[in-house]
This record gives sequence, C-alpha cells and structure tokens, in this order.
Amino acid sequence: MSESNSVEKRILESLKSKFGESILEDGWEGALAPKRIKTFASREKIVEVAQAIKELGFDQVISQGGTDYPKDDIFKVNYHLIAVDNEELKPIILSLATKLPRNDPKMSTLTNVWRSAEFHEQETFENFGIFFEGHPRMERLLLPEDWDDIPPLRKEFTLPGR
Amino acid sequence: MVSSGSAISVFAGKVNDLLGTIVEQSVKEPIRYIVNWGRLYALWPVHLETACCSVEFGAASGPRFDLERFGMLEAFGSLRQCDLLVVQGTVTRKMAPRLQWVYEQMPEPKWVIAMGACAISGGLYIDSYNVIQGIDKIIPTDVFIPGCPPRPETLIQGIIELQNKIRRSRVRS
Amino acid sequence: MEVVERQGDYLTMSVGPQHPGSGHMRLIVTVDGDIIVKVKPDPGYVHRGAEKMCEVRTYIQNIPHLERPVIIDSCGILFAYVLAAEELIGVQPPPRAQYIRIIMAELNRIISHMYWLSIYGIFMGHSTMFMWPMGDRELFIDLAASIGGTRVTFSYFIPGGVRNDIPPGFKEKALKTFDYFVKRLKEYEKIYFNNPLVLKRTQGVGVFKREDAISLGVTGPNLRASGVASDTRKDEPYSMYDTIDFDIPTYREGDSYSRAWVRLEEMRESMKIIRQAIDKMEAGPVKQPMRGQIKGKVGEAFARTEAARGTMFYHIVSDGGKFPYRVKISVPSFRNLIAMSHLLEGNRLADMPVIYWGLDYWPVEADR
Ligand code: SF4
Repeated sequence: MSESNSVEKRILESLKSKFGESILEDGWEGALAPKRIKTFASREKIVEVAQAIKELGFDQVISQGGTDYPKDDIFKVNYHLIAVDNEELKPIILSLATKLPRNDPKMSTLTNVWRSAEFHEQETFENFGIFFEGHPRMERLLLPEDWDDIPPLRKEFTLPGR
Repeated sequence: MVSSGSAISVFAGKVNDLLGTIVEQSVKEPIRYIVNWGRLYALWPVHLETACCSVEFGAASGPRFDLERFGMLEAFGSLRQCDLLVVQGTVTRKMAPRLQWVYEQMPEPKWVIAMGACAISGGLYIDSYNVIQGIDKIIPTDVFIPGCPPRPETLIQGIIELQNKIRRSRVRS
Repeated sequence: MEVVERQGDYLTMSVGPQHPGSGHMRLIVTVDGDIIVKVKPDPGYVHRGAEKMCEVRTYIQNIPHLERPVIIDSCGILFAYVLAAEELIGVQPPPRAQYIRIIMAELNRIISHMYWLSIYGIFMGHSTMFMWPMGDRELFIDLAASIGGTRVTFSYFIPGGVRNDIPPGFKEKALKTFDYFVKRLKEYEKIYFNNPLVLKRTQGVGVFKREDAISLGVTGPNLRASGVASDTRKDEPYSMYDTIDFDIPTYREGDSYSRAWVRLEEMRESMKIIRQAIDKMEAGPVKQPMRGQIKGKVGEAFARTEAARGTMFYHIVSDGGKFPYRVKISVPSFRNLIAMSHLLEGNRLADMPVIYWGLDYWPVEADR
C-alpha cells in the first residue's frame, strides 16, 4: 500500500509546497485512495495550479464537468487529468476542482494549458451556463439552436413528467 | 336542324364519356397493378441515420439477413432518387427540422418507416428534454417497427408490411 | 452538401447531417479548391440528455439507457459506469463475474471493430469489405447473444456482478469461432490491407503526429496508432486484466492505414484475452446478492476503462439517495472531435470520408 501510494504522496507534497494547504479538497484526507488524487484550487488561482500540474506530467484532460449544488449556492467544476505519456503517472487520475458562486459563474479557461479541454468546456458552458473567459469559441455545441430554456443540467431544470 | 345536331353531339359526347370510362375502368386495375409492382421491389432507402438503430439496419443489409432478397436496395446517398425513408431511431429537437427537409425533398411517391421504439414514441428517452416523442408528429408514417433495437428479422417483416401496403395503394393519374 | 457562403476564393459548405457516409453529424467545411482550410464540427443531432436522465433513475435503472450511446460496444461503455457505481454502493463482484465481464467486453470490442471495418469498406467503395466483416461479425454476435440474451443491447453488467452465468458449451463454441476467425483475419490482411486501392487511399493520409495526438486528448486505438503505448487495461488494470497476458499493438506512423492495423491487431489480442479468461475462470457465483433499495454512499467516484474507441470515463456524485446526484460521462468520440478538425485541415476533400471514419467517430456516443 505504502509502496503504491508513494507517487501520489509525492505529487501532492510538491503541489502542497507550492500552493499551501488550500490545494487539499475539503473533506478529503490527502491522497490515500490508491491511484486517485483530488486537489482543489480557487478560481483566481486555477490557471497557476493547472500549469503546475501540467509540468508534473499530466498531459490530457480526460473529462471536465460541472455539478450544481443549489443548497450551498455553488457550482463545482471538475477537471480530470491523466498522463498518457508518463510511465509513472499512467495509473493515476488527478481531479482538480474549483467552486464558483451560482450568481456569477465565470472562470478563466484552461484551454491554454490543455488544448483537450476545449470541447469539454464548451459542453459545460451550455449545460450549466458557466462562462469560461478566454475560450476560443464559447458557443452552443450539442443543444438545439433554438434552445431558450435554462441550461439543462442545473438542478432547477426539471424533466417533463418528473 | 340545329337542335338535332346538338342532340347528336350531346349523345356522341355521352357515348364517348361512357366508352372512356369503360376503357379507363378496364385498364385502371392492370395499370395500378403494374405500377405498384414496379414500385414494390425497388425500394431505395435514404441513407439517413438518426441514432443507434442504424446498427441493426446495417446488419440487415449484411450477408446474413440480406435485405435485397425482399426488394429493398442498399441505402443510398442521394435522396432525390429515393422513395423510402427509414427513420432509424431517436429524432432529437435538433434533427427534427432536418428530417422534415429530407422528407420534403424526396420525390413522390414516398413512404416512411419508423424503426425502433424511439422513432415510435421516444422509447427509452421518453422523458428526455431533447427528444421528439414519435416521428408521426412531424412526418406522415406508414409502418412502425417496434424493438430497441428491432432485430433484423423484425425490420424485414416491417418491409414486407410496407410492400403489402404499396400493393393495395391507389395510383393517381 | 450545400454551399453556405462564398468568400473570395474560399467556399464554405455544410456536409451532413444527411450524407452518403455513416453517422449523423454535420461538418462545416471551408475549402480552397479541394483543399480543406477549416472545419467546424457541429455535433448534437443525437443529443438525448443521458446525463440529465441519470439523475431521475436509480443505479440499476440507469443501465439500459447508458449502454445505448454505443450499442455496438454496449458492454464497453457500461464497464466504467459499473465500476464507479460499485465503488459508491460498496459491493465487490465475485472473481468469476470479473472474468465474464472481461469476456463480454472483449467480444464487444471485436464486434465493434468489425462494424467499423465493414463501414470503412463502404467509405472506400470496397463492397467486399463491407460484406465479409458484416458476415463474420454475426458469429461473434451469436457468441455474445448466447451469454447476454439479445443481439446487441445486453444490459448485462450490473453493480455487483453480471446478470447470469455463461451457458454450458460456450467454451467449445467460442474456440471454434476463434480458430475460424484467426484464419479469416489472414485473408482480410491479404484482400484488404495489402490491396493497392486501400493502400493508396489510406497510407500517409491524415497523419497524426505523436505530440499532437497527446495534446489534443486523443485516446484508444487512435493514440496507439501514433506511437503512444497507452491502454487503460495495462495502465490501470481494472477487473482481472492484471492476471492476463496480452500486448498492446502500437504503430508509429499515425496515418489512417496504421489506425486500421491497430484495430485489426486488437481483434487478435482480444481473442487471446478471451481464451485466457475462459481458462482462468473458476466455478462460483456470478453476482453479489443485494437486497432492498440500492443506495450510494455520500461522495464521488470516478472510473475509467478501455472501450473499443478509447478511454471511457465516468464521474458519479452521490448524495446518499437512491438516484445518483450527478453522472458525468466522458466518451472517447467526443474527445476525438477536436482531433478530427485538426486532422482534416490541409487535406483534400476527397480524403474526408477516410479520415472521418478512420478515427472511428461514433456520433451517438459523442452526443450522448
Ligand atoms: S429504439 Fe433503442 S436502439 Fe433504437 S434508437 Fe432508440 S434507443 Fe437506440
């Protein structure tokens, strides 16, 4: 266990030394789950943290999505990162999360760090109405052109008949 | 003189009409039969896939099921030459206007088959926010083939049903 | 195809959603002569809102609609969901179930690659190559159907195991099919992969450089054709893949031809995996009994698996209720979309079908 966890620990330590304790996601005790690392960054700092994570060797955004928490009045945005070209980091999935207030859902884009985030961010934009500043094409992707309702994955959007 | 002439011409006209009707009635049935027969075994489906049912449509044109045995030809790219529209699965709100355009661009006579539960009623996705619940809301549909996805055999049965319908259909002169 | 606008020497036109190829997506292509200058993909014609629907269905009810996005690879797409859901529910599948899962996932990989190969034949106007794989695919469909019950949509994986055990006599039937198919693959190589027509149309077309493939977020066979030996089955072995010995076929060229080769080799490896899994399997239960309402514990889980088109990723958030709070599905085809526009730019319009289908882009999967 300790053997297999050493890489995760090392990555977390190096991020901690740069950005302090704020890198730990609340309610998550370090990198103890095997092959999973969860980190957190405030929206002001996220580009910096992302840059540091990229330098560690995580080269692809495998998924990016939001979650709506109307109770706490926030959106959470998760970037899930993998490393396809780094033998040591291959088994690990790193999640980088941030929180946005619901009345001002804006953050700067990470497409400059990872190009693969482009379409994911576009999808999150139309599903949640989260605006990514600096994204090359912040426009509709999957929904019909005449969509005039609220973004469908917000919790206050209810499916017809449910 | 004038009156008798007009009487003759009226009479001749009536005979003419009657003869015409007799001739028309006697050839109508054979012509209808021949025209329908011609349409029956040369159904060109449009190559329009709308969702996952297209996999079974592809399998049905493969060697195991071989739709061509039943007079259904390969899916074809140009819809100006097609007379059959098989709607293969879910039609979303974004696809619906395109489906209508495709239908309108096809030449008469044309038939529509709704393949799969999604095309019939929305199927598994009936409560989704982006799915049209049944294509008969947007285009006239002739045959409904149930299944999710329908097995190729079911598709074949649906096509035979359609052919029966064509066989019975009237021919407009 | 219709002309959208004309601007100087450039012509912008819209390809799809009804076009002679396969799939229902639109590409807005700007051409200069017959060289493609710019491509703007316009997906979303099959967007069915699966992620939203997950929030109003229980963990079990979610299974049928989650496998519909790629029904040719229905077990592959479900695998990651089941793994993530198991983590939240807190069940472990028995070892026999894990081997059966591997068998089904690999059978589905073969079925999916065969479908891909046959449609590739249509794209190149090689109709023999449509008929052969379509016919041979049915053998594997029969095998899978004898386990799962239906032709393509099995709903076979459930949290805690698989629905039922494999039928008696499966091993003999499978081995017979594999012996036949190994010979058949040799013939495919001869008639298809060494065919001058195919060589001309695919070799050196749509070359994906290694760095681009990594930075654009491509996964699966497309990435392996560009020289990156990345496969979730090896990187982060899930289920029982760590007990099985197999190779990852990797090519360095990164063109459409090597993308086809990767898939062909992968079918061989899949058969190898299934043979080993059948041998390693021991008798035992195939599912963990679960009673009452299944609820996930508060928290989140993510899992990834290697589906036929690349890495499948699920992120499930649970609030402790019977419905998942949020399910994020990240599919390989969606990630290939960005690569597609990158690859098409600078190529000829006539090469578009080959590049497009060479990436194995499946619109239903991408739109979910
Ligand atoms: S009926 Fe089933 S297989 Fe067909 S399109 Fe709908 S979900 Fe897909």
